[in-house]
Amino acid sequence: MANAGRILGALEALTIPMLALAVSMVLFGAFVMIVGVDPVEVYALMYKGAFGTSFSIQNTLLRAAPLILAALCTALPAQLGMVIIGGEGALVIGGLAAAAMAVILPGGMPVLVFQGAMVIAGMSAGGAWIGISGALRHYRGVNETISSLLMTYIAIAILNHMVFGPLRDPASLNHPSTQPIGDENMIGTIPGMDVHWGLIFGIVFCLFTYVLMYRTTFGFSARMVGGNVRAAAMSGLPVGKLLIITCVIAGSAAGLAGAIEVAAVHGAANDALIAGYGYTGILVAFLARQNPLAVIPVAILLGGIDASGGLLQRRLDLPDATVLVLQGIIFVVILASETLFGRIKFFQVKEAA
Amino acid sequence: MESGDLGWLTVPLAVFAGAIRVSTPFLFVSLGECLTERSGRINLGLEGTLVMGAMSGYAVSYLSGSPWLGVLVAGIVGSGFGLVHALVCNLPKVNDIALGIALMLLGTGLAFFLGKNFIQPQAPNLPSIDLGWWSDIEQVRSALEINVLFLVGMALTPAIMFFLQRTKWGLILRTVGDSEDAARSLGFSVERTRMLATMAGGFLAGVGGSFLSLYYPGSWSEGLSSGQGITAVALVIFARWNPLYCFYASLLFGGAGALGPALQAVGVTSGYYLFNAAPYILTLGIMIAMSSSTRRFRGAPGELSVTR
Repeated sequence: MANAGRILGALEALTIPMLALAVSMVLFGAFVMIVGVDPVEVYALMYKGAFGTSFSIQNTLLRAAPLILAALCTALPAQLGMVIIGGEGALVIGGLAAAAMAVILPGGMPVLVFQGAMVIAGMSAGGAWIGISGALRHYRGVNETISSLLMTYIAIAILNHMVFGPLRDPASLNHPSTQPIGDENMIGTIPGMDVHWGLIFGIVFCLFTYVLMYRTTFGFSARMVGGNVRAAAMSGLPVGKLLIITCVIAGSAAGLAGAIEVAAVHGAANDALIAGYGYTGILVAFLARQNPLAVIPVAILLGGIDASGGLLQRRLDLPDATVLVLQGIIFVVILASETLFGRIKFFQVKEAA
Repeated sequence: MESGDLGWLTVPLAVFAGAIRVSTPFLFVSLGECLTERSGRINLGLEGTLVMGAMSGYAVSYLSGSPWLGVLVAGIVGSGFGLVHALVCNLPKVNDIALGIALMLLGTGLAFFLGKNFIQPQAPNLPSIDLGWWSDIEQVRSALEINVLFLVGMALTPAIMFFLQRTKWGLILRTVGDSEDAARSLGFSVERTRMLATMAGGFLAGVGGSFLSLYYPGSWSEGLSSGQGITAVALVIFARWNPLYCFYASLLFGGAGALGPALQAVGVTSGYYLFNAAPYILTLGIMIAMSSSTRRFRGAPGELSVTR
């Protein structure tokens, strides 16, 4: 019977978000109809821009890579009952740290060592960034949602300060950036695809954190804190340690995303890092119901929506914020759909059956 | 004294002027959020509401030629967002913090989408009152050019205090915020009270947003708000849900926000971007100083999830 309950539970966790997505698409269709665009055409173009051609699929996967990692920044602390929304800040600071590391390192190093140092710098900076929010929550009782968002604005200010000031490459006139890391040091693409290795890093990170959260004592304790902090503390679990370590891992995921954006896409740190992946990542995490494995397909879906924005802009002359509107609608509907859990008879195990 | 040659004195003067000018959106958002949080719910979506208010206020002022109509519409749009927040939150099992984040993204997205056509044209701005007529010095005069919305906010502060402390509706609102069970047993509708409180909060945040686009900086652009909304929400927490403290804290934040531009004006440009982060660093610093891991905030509404 326990098995039937689990299957029904998984089915519920799949069906309700799908339903919410469908409702969101209908609402979005109504919205574009009001502004005078044929919704069917919008849907068709979105499909084409996201998954229609091999080019668009690669474009989608390119966007999914940072989204997967940014989503983990929200999804992991959520297992402990924390709402962290500072992924954008950790991503930005991670990208900046990676670029700064590239400036410090001497030239002529083995490429893999160079890239490894950049990745480690990015992950450490991102991990420290979100770790601060976790520590503030535990030691000072500061609300982690607000502190992580404030830290995002501080991270962006630091990025601007460094890119316009100490770390500015004098050669970058029109678009202030740090010194380029050099073509030979860029992270390459997965063989046979135009997608860089960041996608694989993201998927591996998800698998790792899934195992950590659902198959180890650490994960069990962490989720117990998420269930009931007081009960966890009473049974002797080191609540503070669990909170802070999880925040560090979460932040290092977002920091890795930033390092990869620098090392595989932009080649230097600049304001292109502030692309909103951190915010879309929050939505991915909630849509995936904070499950690290579910994050992968959801990030690809949202990456697709993101990728289709360009086509909507070119073909229908819609503003680039169109995808933001759709994302916002999905977010609100998905949260409203939370109320359906446990209320649909079909998914409940019958008593005394 | 020659006008225009004040040297370093321009910095404190500009910070003072900024405290009044930059504080106005903080003031409106925090007063609104104060009402919402006193009813036991937190609306983080006010960041999005602020941007929506800025866009709609500017658009209406441009189309109708009346900035005051713009302010009104911005408030109505804001209360619409408050209504959505309240209605969805009234469903069982919906988390008010998460929904706030969702509405933050939706509000920003909608404002960017609908505001695309209003980035270029110049809409009529709100008037200001010249209180510096007695001075010959240009900087003093411009510092004392007080905008009307600031005065409205200043008048609202004691009015909201009176409402919360001395009226029947204020008592109902506080009861709902402190204990749902007590409010229900007295026959008050928790859902309806919170809905009205969140709508009122949204209205004020929308008005605060219209100030950004209609007075200072005075035009609509996508980079208009960078976290003023969320800072104001945090500000309510350490203002201990007291409108008067919200007012003081807003002034403090306005001054901090004006520091970067003021220093730039006298030629200090090296730390410009870091000084721009002053309000956020200040917020975080005060939150760290005033929070505690062992006890709740004094004066916190009992039903408020964010302080538990």
